[in-house]
Amino acid sequence: MADGRSQVKRRAGARLWLSATWLGLLVLGAVFAPLIAPQDPLAQDLFGARLPPFWEAGADAAFPLGSDSLGRDVLSRIIHGARIALGVALIAGTLTCLIGSGLGLIAGYFRGWPDMVISRLVDIWMAFPPVLFAILLIAVLGTGLSSIIIAIVVIDWTRFARVIRAEAMSQGAMDYVASAQVAGRKRFSILLAEILPNVLPTIVVLLTLEMGIAVIVEAILSFVNLSISTDQPTWGSMIAEGRLSIHQAWWVLVFPLVTLFLTVLSFSQLGEGLKDHFDPVLR
Amino acid sequence: MTLIRRILLRLLTMAITLFGVAVIVFFVIRVVPGNPIAMMLPPGAGEEDIARLKALYGLDKTIPEQFVIWLSGVLQGDFGTSITTRQPVLALVLSRLPATLELSVVALVIAVAIGGTLALTGTRMRGTRSEGAIDVANGMALSVPDFLWGLVLILLFGVLWPVFHISGRVSPSLDLPFVTNFYLFESVLRLRFDIWADLVAHMFMPALALAIPLAAIIAQLLKQSLKETMHLDYVTLSRTKGYGENHVITREALPNAVLPTLTLIGVQFTFLIGGTVIIERLFSYEGLGNMAIDAVINRDLPLIQGIVILFALIFSVVNLVVDLTYAALNPRLRHG
Repeated sequence: MADGRSQVKRRAGARLWLSATWLGLLVLGAVFAPLIAPQDPLAQDLFGARLPPFWEAGADAAFPLGSDSLGRDVLSRIIHGARIALGVALIAGTLTCLIGSGLGLIAGYFRGWPDMVISRLVDIWMAFPPVLFAILLIAVLGTGLSSIIIAIVVIDWTRFARVIRAEAMSQGAMDYVASAQVAGRKRFSILLAEILPNVLPTIVVLLTLEMGIAVIVEAILSFVNLSISTDQPTWGSMIAEGRLSIHQAWWVLVFPLVTLFLTVLSFSQLGEGLKDHFDPVLR
Repeated sequence: MTLIRRILLRLLTMAITLFGVAVIVFFVIRVVPGNPIAMMLPPGAGEEDIARLKALYGLDKTIPEQFVIWLSGVLQGDFGTSITTRQPVLALVLSRLPATLELSVVALVIAVAIGGTLALTGTRMRGTRSEGAIDVANGMALSVPDFLWGLVLILLFGVLWPVFHISGRVSPSLDLPFVTNFYLFESVLRLRFDIWADLVAHMFMPALALAIPLAAIIAQLLKQSLKETMHLDYVTLSRTKGYGENHVITREALPNAVLPTLTLIGVQFTFLIGGTVIIERLFSYEGLGNMAIDAVINRDLPLIQGIVILFALIFSVVNLVVDLTYAALNPRLRHG
């Protein structure tokens, strides 16, 4: 068994490092986008439209990953798109986490009517197809970065609330909580000082996974043309455009798709790796 | 708790959930700033025309009044009239429902087939490199959602090796002699395998994209339960009786290991149906989800309401069926 465990540990370690490296590169790209990007991501040049990537005949070295149907540089748009993707991941992920975990802790620890109200809301939320819900909310709120963030928070708080509620419930039934109650501590201080630290690892894992989901939701909304204004480069809008010109210029679809794929995979693997890391049995 | 009481209780919570969905969607979409009436009128229409049209669609009343009128209509099977097509919402929605149901069910079948095969192979090969490879592939399939798999499939089977259609439900040149919209089902009944093959060539990629994440979840959970079951005494006993490894896995371990996976499939099936919205859009597949996105973009309020309620109803029914099946299959709940 000891051998199997070390193998699992090693694999988890490799996953963590690979994911963290990719996400780190993206963060650098997003922060220093104007310095790194070879071109202006919005500059159009109809004479330089659909240039192929650098290794193909007819390529222009100034456009290493080619250009789209309006002559905009694919690489520069991916780098600038990382700003929006990571911004949404960070802000929407954190807000969703705070609201969902807060409600989950309250429902799971205090039980009674707050639990009934929150659980019923979760049930109603689960009956909505999430993508349709997101599109509906954007139609109501109007397009724009803040609308996307609000939509993600409104839709996804249930992910945290469900899991954290169950965790808080099982922690609340443990002896250390009972003894804290016997010692006369206030319920709310027990929740913050005893329960919260014990569910924190789960919250961190869920937050990492949620960031990946936020990146996807933003891409899906851009794809159906409901994200932010069309002159902002986003991975989703690049993919939507690439999908249309797929037979003429595959690179317009492939490069943003690979970037999105690796990013979503990294957030998810980071989350899974952290889960193993926090798991007392494996550790 | 008896089965009847269980069903009644579930029906009651289902009604509350559906009512909640109806309230939320009704009030949320009426905050929409875009005015559906303005989009319907020809340029130069006067104030009276606007008022007349508003009265026609009941938009001149207060929002709570509109809700009561709409809800009493829904209870009688009248979901109102679509603003963009001016057809009854119920008829529109029902005409698209078969396409989405066929896609979802085919995706589910693919997911169970792939997931089950991977779980059984992984159990058979446990402790070898092949098991490790299956685990890695599973982890990737799990981490990436259906939308991205759809795009990857478009690249693989639409561009690199173009064997499948990347858009639509059926080739427009085909003459369809069908009376229902369950094309896939009816083409088999009528022995029209030429149409069946065309439908499959269109449906394959969207269904596979929906199936991949679910297949990975099934493979993971089923393999785990199988491995646990393989250590039980009765399995060891059957091995000492001289049965081969394949027999032991499929005949002895599988029946006892499958129950948690069945429950999971039920819950995950609703997520799969939810995924059809964007997958249908991606593949221009003429189903309910594609229609829903158009309805939102066109601000067709009655149609949006109808589609959302229908999705919520499907989700609730699936959950109910899963719950009851679980109760019927699990001896502890059946006799308890």
